[in-house]
Amino acid sequence: MSRKIVVGFDGSDASRRALDFAITRAQAQGDSIVIAHVLEWSPYSFLSPTELEERHRRRKEELQRAETAILAPELKRVQAAGVPVATAMRYGHIAETLCRIANDEGAALIFIGRMGESGIAARLFGSVAATLAQVSPVPVTIVP
Amino acid sequence: MKTTMTPFTKTLAMAGLLGASGAMPAAAQGIDETVNQIFASSTGWFVNLIFSSFPGTNVPWIVCWLVIAATIFTIYFGLIQIRAFGHALALVRGSYSDPNDAGEVSHFQALTTALSGTVGLGNIAGVAVAIGIGGPGATFWMILAGLLGMATKFTECTLGVKYRNEFADGHVSGGPMYYMTKGFAERGLPGGKILAILFAIFCILGSFGGGNMFQSNQAHAQLINVVGDYPGWITGVVMAVIVFLVIVGGLKSIASVTEKVVPFMAVIYVGTALIIIAMNYDMIGTAFGQIFRGAFTWDGAVGGAIGALIQGFRRAAFSNEAGVGSAAIAHSAVRTKEPVTEGIVSLLEPFIDTVVICTMTALVIIITGQLITDPETGMFVLNEAGTAIATESGNSGVALTSAAFSQTFGWFRYILAVAVVLFAFSTMISWSYYGLKAWTFLFGEGQTKELIFKVIFCCFVVIGAAANLGPVIDFSDAAIFAMAVVNIIALYALMPIVKSEMNSYLSRLRSGAIRKFD
Repeated sequence: MSRKIVVGFDGSDASRRALDFAITRAQAQGDSIVIAHVLEWSPYSFLSPTELEERHRRRKEELQRAETAILAPELKRVQAAGVPVATAMRYGHIAETLCRIANDEGAALIFIGRMGESGIAARLFGSVAATLAQVSPVPVTIVP
Repeated sequence: MKTTMTPFTKTLAMAGLLGASGAMPAAAQGIDETVNQIFASSTGWFVNLIFSSFPGTNVPWIVCWLVIAATIFTIYFGLIQIRAFGHALALVRGSYSDPNDAGEVSHFQALTTALSGTVGLGNIAGVAVAIGIGGPGATFWMILAGLLGMATKFTECTLGVKYRNEFADGHVSGGPMYYMTKGFAERGLPGGKILAILFAIFCILGSFGGGNMFQSNQAHAQLINVVGDYPGWITGVVMAVIVFLVIVGGLKSIASVTEKVVPFMAVIYVGTALIIIAMNYDMIGTAFGQIFRGAFTWDGAVGGAIGALIQGFRRAAFSNEAGVGSAAIAHSAVRTKEPVTEGIVSLLEPFIDTVVICTMTALVIIITGQLITDPETGMFVLNEAGTAIATESGNSGVALTSAAFSQTFGWFRYILAVAVVLFAFSTMISWSYYGLKAWTFLFGEGQTKELIFKVIFCCFVVIGAAANLGPVIDFSDAAIFAMAVVNIIALYALMPIVKSEMNSYLSRLRSGAIRKFD
């Protein structure tokens, strides 16, 4: 049976490893992949008047840049590996948004790369992996 | 000082001069004095025009203009500030925001940006001026004006979003200039273009006055209060350079740091005020007694109950800017399909600014007993010139607020100094933007044209810090109220449009056609 795997992808080496691993799994089991790119965003941040004015334009630019620079090359790579693939781009809190994408897509699994954060920063701000482990609606695979 | 000034403005100016001269020795003030004299003599006529009283009374017509407008909007929209208050909170929380629109300007962001333009010295220094002259009773009228002003803000911000310009590249420009031209054309009314031009001119003046000179003036007053006396033009030049770096040099880091620190400063300010009020809980009853008594009776304040009313209304309008039109510029960038939602969110602005923050300042000044009363009669004692209530510290304006807070927490004046400078700075950044929007509306967009405005803006930062409080506060108020004269005419003309938008939205909200997302 074909399942959907949501791969959290931000262009980093760790996320590339997660995608590579997802490709091997998908090839082995006939699964499909959704490459999910989340742009960190909080609706409760503070902006200056000029930032407000330009926000809509910036958002379009950011989405376009992410599409061409980050997602497009990977899309080709996954297609070349013979795996059915789609992309998703959203703004929001990274872990929460990945969960929402998994829900919306009816995905069975979430794959992410381990960023290797440890120590005080991770304790204070939490890591995406730790948050996902706690709130994800589907099994999460963390690729080192 | 011109002799043609009305008794009322003269009173205010004198009070300011007294307050400022108490802290500044005359020596080494040569440059400041010259700037001050030129400034006072060149702006006097404008101030007189705006603050002239009804014949035979000492009630300035502009104060009536604002209050009558706020009352009319309150009635016309059926107490929208109460009916929609809960919904405003839900909108700000994001309960009605489509998650697919994430990354666009949220209601919260539009509100906080607009607030950072209004929360500032009006809340700290302006309230102290009002209470110093009008007595505690001014607080009552200030709160009432704040509550009524919510309806005015609702009207202007709904229109600001509805008639904003969206450009092909995705950036938006909105504000009274746009609803005056587009809205009047839509309703087939004449004169929209003329109103828009007048508004833009006053908005530029306002951005030099209340949004700029008053800020640098009071920032300087607070700094000398902490570090000792030095000439005002030094503060002015330093602040002007930083403002220049931000608005001309595009130094976004300073602006974004300010945007992030200001809300925390506001929280610290209100928190400290609450602690001081709680520590003096036995005085709360007395304070409210003074506020209510002073609002309706003669308690020795300058001008009695009428004086309290004028001061209260005037400072409220200056602080929350309801009816001025500035908020309509700030709010118009929000991403929403329903202009009314931004109007509803914006009515929180006068509430937070005036009903909450200004009232805190007032309560702390009253509770800590800054105003001197006659022990026998219980009436307030006026200063020697009879222009303001005598204070324990002999201060007025921001220094009075500082003295009130420092009486409980000696260290607070340092925090207040930082807060005042930051508030001043964020207000200047906001107003440089409002002024620039008006400027480009008049002269068109273009790098050189925009640079000219920004350089003039920075020059006024220096003038503001060097001039005395009296002339600066008069000119600041006059310019900002001139915006309100024009803006409110447009609001009257366009309020039926807001009403049909409001009714349509509220009925869809009730029927469930407007969906909650979480």
